Amino acid sequence: MPNIVMEGITKTFGKVVANHNVNLEIKFGEIHALLGENGAGKSTLVNMLSGIYSPDSGSIYIRGKEVKITSPRVAQELGIGMIHQHFKLVEVMTAKENIILGLKTGFFLKQENLSKEIKEISARYGLEVEPDKKVYEMSVGEKQNLEILKVLYRGADILILDEPTAVLTPQETARLFEIVRRLKEKGCAVVFITHKMNEVMEIADRISVLRKGEVVKTVDKDKITSKELAELMVGHPVDLSIKREQGVRDGVCLEVKNLQAYNEEGVAVLKDISFTIAKGEILGVAGVAGSGQKELCEAIAGLYPVHSGEIIFNGESLIHMTPREIITKGISMSFVPEDRLGMGLVASMDIVDNLILKEYHTQKGLFIKRRPIAEKAHELVEKLDISTPHIYTPIRQLSGGNIQKVLVGRELASQPKLLITAYPVRGLDINVSYRIYDLLNEEKKKGVAILFVGEDLDVLRELCDRIMVICDGEVTGIVDAGKVSKEQLGLLMAGERNVETEVAHHA
Amino acid sequence: MLRIAKRSEVSQVARVAIRIGAVFLALLFSALLIRALHLQPLKVYWALIEGAFGTAYRFRETVIKAIPLIITSLGISIAFKMQFWNIGGEGQISMGAFAATFFALRYPDLPRPLLLLLMFVAGIAGGGLWALIPAYFRARWRTNETIVTLMMNYIAIKWLTYLQYGPWKDPNALGFPKIPNFSNNAILPAVGGIHAGWIITLVLVVLVHIFLNYSKKGYEIAVLGESENTALYAGINIKKTILTAVFISGGICGLVGMLEASAVSHTLTAGIAGGVGFTAIITSWLAALKPPLILVVSFLFAALEQGGSYIQTAFGISGAAAEMLQGLILFFVLGSEFFTRYKIVLAKNHTQRTEKEAN
Repeated sequence: MPNIVMEGITKTFGKVVANHNVNLEIKFGEIHALLGENGAGKSTLVNMLSGIYSPDSGSIYIRGKEVKITSPRVAQELGIGMIHQHFKLVEVMTAKENIILGLKTGFFLKQENLSKEIKEISARYGLEVEPDKKVYEMSVGEKQNLEILKVLYRGADILILDEPTAVLTPQETARLFEIVRRLKEKGCAVVFITHKMNEVMEIADRISVLRKGEVVKTVDKDKITSKELAELMVGHPVDLSIKREQGVRDGVCLEVKNLQAYNEEGVAVLKDISFTIAKGEILGVAGVAGSGQKELCEAIAGLYPVHSGEIIFNGESLIHMTPREIITKGISMSFVPEDRLGMGLVASMDIVDNLILKEYHTQKGLFIKRRPIAEKAHELVEKLDISTPHIYTPIRQLSGGNIQKVLVGRELASQPKLLITAYPVRGLDINVSYRIYDLLNEEKKKGVAILFVGEDLDVLRELCDRIMVICDGEVTGIVDAGKVSKEQLGLLMAGERNVETEVAHHA
Repeated sequence: MLRIAKRSEVSQVARVAIRIGAVFLALLFSALLIRALHLQPLKVYWALIEGAFGTAYRFRETVIKAIPLIITSLGISIAFKMQFWNIGGEGQISMGAFAATFFALRYPDLPRPLLLLLMFVAGIAGGGLWALIPAYFRARWRTNETIVTLMMNYIAIKWLTYLQYGPWKDPNALGFPKIPNFSNNAILPAVGGIHAGWIITLVLVVLVHIFLNYSKKGYEIAVLGESENTALYAGINIKKTILTAVFISGGICGLVGMLEASAVSHTLTAGIAGGVGFTAIITSWLAALKPPLILVVSFLFAALEQGGSYIQTAFGISGAAAEMLQGLILFFVLGSEFFTRYKIVLAKNHTQRTEKEAN
């Protein structure tokens, strides 16, 4: 039987069971979606196919033969290719050089043959890759094409795509889906990892839902609805709508005028950005990852050097204030980076010490008083259902989602006047995500102005009052969240300016 | 098939057990080497203990060796906590000694408490200011402090050599290149048979412990050490924190120079630091930058050194043998770090497969 079978796979890390007795069958010529919340064990499972982990017990059969995938090289020899969410490419090298990197080739490269082969594969699957272009000159979509080409060149016919759409615009996603369908037509087995329901319904042939390390069900796409899928993922019925609270819009809280900023190389990262946020308003920020979201948040928080322009908070200019002065004005920023720990938390410290971070300087004297904070820590653990052995456990030992709850919870608890939050639900499961949305709505009702940088366009449209779309450091539109379509947002995100949308009135 | 697997968090007890096991293995391994020299390992080990603690004199010597090591370890652990790799203990000790000596030679007749206080402050200032140079470079231009602090050691030591052979050479030493001995008023008195440095040491252990764990500055240092981004985000003034922490770190090392010059050698020599600045890197690291552990680890290190020099004479083995023992203990203890993070397990799927085959 020509397919991939995982049988009774169990993998534990210390006391944590990442996968328990997983049975999975993937056929050649199908697109098999692995659906599950973060921490459900999707990545661990496929990493055992790609040779990064080896299972504690259980067997893997490929084309009817039992195999031991002890290293990525073995996986490659078996025709398994993994396309990681974060590209593994060398920026300063060309597409061609990246493709042959690590392969056993002769001392001299046969440039001509290589280019020809690459073009051949590109044409066959509709991948747009120029062999001699340097990676740093490529768009995100091109880089992803290159990653796919790389594994195909190495002879892969089992392709694993780990959350491939996270960094793409809707248009780029559509293009990727075409490529994936082409791969399937050519007889490849495609494993597609995601937690986005609509993508699954669009692209998958069969779907395996993982929950808490186990496959709860494998079904044909035609025989299930997205609501049923969501229930399988979470384990109980869910309400997938977010309500938009009516805030008490009461005057402008933050006004940004003609903001310009440059990065260390002197490249403009924020270009002439202007917008306002009213008290009691949620302004969403949409854009492809790396369009200037981080720089914008940091500029307001006083962490990123502003070249020109104005940032006025309740009638007072924030330019030239130190980060601490801005914190004491009542501005709270929580940017959840991809690794969650990059900014805002200290991995080796416990929850209490992490909660102190933003307020220890308000305590009197030379010493730190931890006792009052410990109470807050208990409250937070309770309120956000943070699973931790103890409030004095270093947060490094918590799962990513729980670490994030600590960060977002601290910022919400600081009773800010302006809350800047970027990707607050990144990697959180559905329940907690909705809890966070509720908390944001509660803040909004209190009259807090909120700048919400998000990834999920559906969430942005449902939660926010207005959405500001940025592309390459520029505002391409500020639209009414209730009236804009996803397609329109997509076009704006891609840099299109003349999009027929209802322009939102300024608050 | 053996496989390396990541451990889940290791309990404090297991951690200590692993370390003790490592020391034990090191002793076992050295026993083989001692046997190869046709000596009785147990006798040698016993002599080692005797050499360090056997008589009141030897015990005193051990303490005197431990004092500079403990204080220096405390000093550099503050910088290490901030992940500022202060390899410049040697230089900071030297410059602290230099500054203290300046006052000892210049005002030999000041009343003892006043002169000692002056030397005390000068020692701290000398080491601290010397350390501020690499700290400023790091804060301002992000230079690599490992290289700069290391190189500045040699500058400091050569400066002392210059003084010893040049301007500060004792005219009454018949041409011998030495700096004059201190006046009595510049010599730290003994308390309980050992110079008063031991009291300062104990006080410092407590102070540094409190500073690192309970003060705001200590907290800022720890946050900054973990992530500069987070520190910036929390509104910590990064430059100021770097300068403060490194000044304290270097200042404490400088104090060692003052103590050594005043209480031990009663003068200044180019070799005043004697490698303590380097050994302290090891001890503070082994003690996981925790002051109470620094006290214990440094003391044991000093005992090993003192005992080692005794077995040289008692058994007529070369000094290299004692150093080898030190090296082995270090090797095993540092190597055991691996086992606090990983464990070696028998791969289970192998056994399962054989079960299947049996079926």
